[in-house]
Amino acid sequence: MKHYEVEILDAKTKDKLCFLDKVEPNATIGEIKSMFHKSHPQWYPARQSIRLDPKGKSLKDEDVLQHLPVGTTATFYFRDLGAQISWVTVFLTEYAGPLLIYLLFYFRVPFIYAPKYDFTASKHWVVHLACMCHSFHYVKRLLETLFVHRFSHGTMPLRNIFKNCTYYWGFAAWMAYYINHPLYTPPTYGEQQVRAALIIFLFCQIGNFSIHITLRNLRPPGSKTRKIPYPTKNPFTWIFLLVSCPNYTYELGSWLGFTLMTQCLPVAFFTLVGFIQMTVWAKGKHRSYLKEFRDYPPLRSPILPFIL
Amino acid sequence: MSAPAMGTSRPAVADGALGRKRGPGALAAAYLVLYNVVMTAGWLVIAVGLVRAYLARGSYHGLYYSIEKPLKFFQTGALLEVRGIVPSSVVLTGFQVMSRVFLTWAVTHSVREVQSEDSVLLFVVAWTITEIIRYSFYTFSLLNHLPYLIKWARYTFFIVLYPMGVTGELLTIYAALPYVQKTGLYSITLPNKYNFSFDYHTFLILSMASYIPLFPQLYFHMFRQRKKVLGHVEDYSKVE
Repeated sequence: MKHYEVEILDAKTKDKLCFLDKVEPNATIGEIKSMFHKSHPQWYPARQSIRLDPKGKSLKDEDVLQHLPVGTTATFYFRDLGAQISWVTVFLTEYAGPLLIYLLFYFRVPFIYAPKYDFTASKHWVVHLACMCHSFHYVKRLLETLFVHRFSHGTMPLRNIFKNCTYYWGFAAWMAYYINHPLYTPPTYGEQQVRAALIIFLFCQIGNFSIHITLRNLRPPGSKTRKIPYPTKNPFTWIFLLVSCPNYTYELGSWLGFTLMTQCLPVAFFTLVGFIQMTVWAKGKHRSYLKEFRDYPPLRSPILPFIL
Repeated sequence: MSAPAMGTSRPAVADGALGRKRGPGALAAAYLVLYNVVMTAGWLVIAVGLVRAYLARGSYHGLYYSIEKPLKFFQTGALLEVRGIVPSSVVLTGFQVMSRVFLTWAVTHSVREVQSEDSVLLFVVAWTITEIIRYSFYTFSLLNHLPYLIKWARYTFFIVLYPMGVTGELLTIYAALPYVQKTGLYSITLPNKYNFSFDYHTFLILSMASYIPLFPQLYFHMFRQRKKVLGHVEDYSKVE
């Protein structure tokens, strides 16, 4: 069996960083990354980007050496992606924050509102309901992160955690401040409004969860395969007929419900900003589906049926 | 949320009026030249207005009123530059123009009491000289006939004008604070049916604080641009 020689150069300076000889032809990029890590312990595999061309796309961990367009002496270029953090860690931190922060405002811990309100409870029942809904939402997200989602990338750049946490924690504090404020004004249409909002919220929470389960079942454990999602027996998944990313559709619906329930402008802002970001993601996902699958159902829109 | 990475740093002075590098076609090019000529002329009008009013009154007090309308018109007109002519610098262009428009309308126009402050004159003069140089720089660049003097002026005058403008802006916002607090201008208090509040006074203080991280970054960026653009002057002297 012919062995390969692999040299790894820095993509920017073209310095020779590493030379590996007697590499198996069926070695994967992932295995090469591990070998490279041994000679450069500060660059763990998750922060290595290995390419055939200094300015080209990163090769995948699953790519096999002998199937790449290289000679028996393969030259790869390395770029440092920077410190990485696992998606699971980021999600858990992002979501635990709002859960706890909201409760601080709900229980009116000192130094937020005037001292005479410390540890008092709101006299409006919708405020208690809102706390339950908000908390339920983030507990659901935490549990999904731990038990449901299957991530295709293990890590993301470290700086993302600061950006993401600022967003989630900041908005949670801003919303919670007003909802739990002693001068909070309950919704204009009273019980009717809150009841309708609760139904919308719960419907969309179940919907969102159904989609997450469906997407999880598309992908066997430990794999990174991508398949077209289709409606299942669960009626909440029938929205797949019209939409590529119904998880985002349902998420929007949940927050619209919460906005209606609390009638709070900061909640509306949060919903709007989230909607914009999810639309960007949905369009990207929709485009990748179209590129990857010839037979992708033409009736589907990225996030809003027929509209967006 | 994983947002796409922000663009790399750009020159502090807006490049929106310069147009796409690849040449957008004759009509678009003509439009750009026209835009930059009009803006140069506009700021010259403001400059002339300031000088004439000064000579007429004999003092520099209250000169704002003599150029209030053209200032509002041409500074607001700069919003057209944020159309995304140069997509990559939309963020920085947008930020710069928005902060100028904010100073013009949300501070100086809205709080009558500060209009007679000398600090207003300070930033108006700084903006006027800067914009005359900047728009003529773009005009000449588009016509492929850029005199070195203009290029030199654009990358040198900022050294004095930038701190001068910032000082004027900060002093003006500071002067506006007591009036904003007293009248509750642009502020919303609880309770209200949208469960929202906004304190413009606090917002202005936070705006002032934001100058601390932002100004040094932009200022030193301009110095780096200066070195890059004017740097070859040193090479000539070395040859001799």
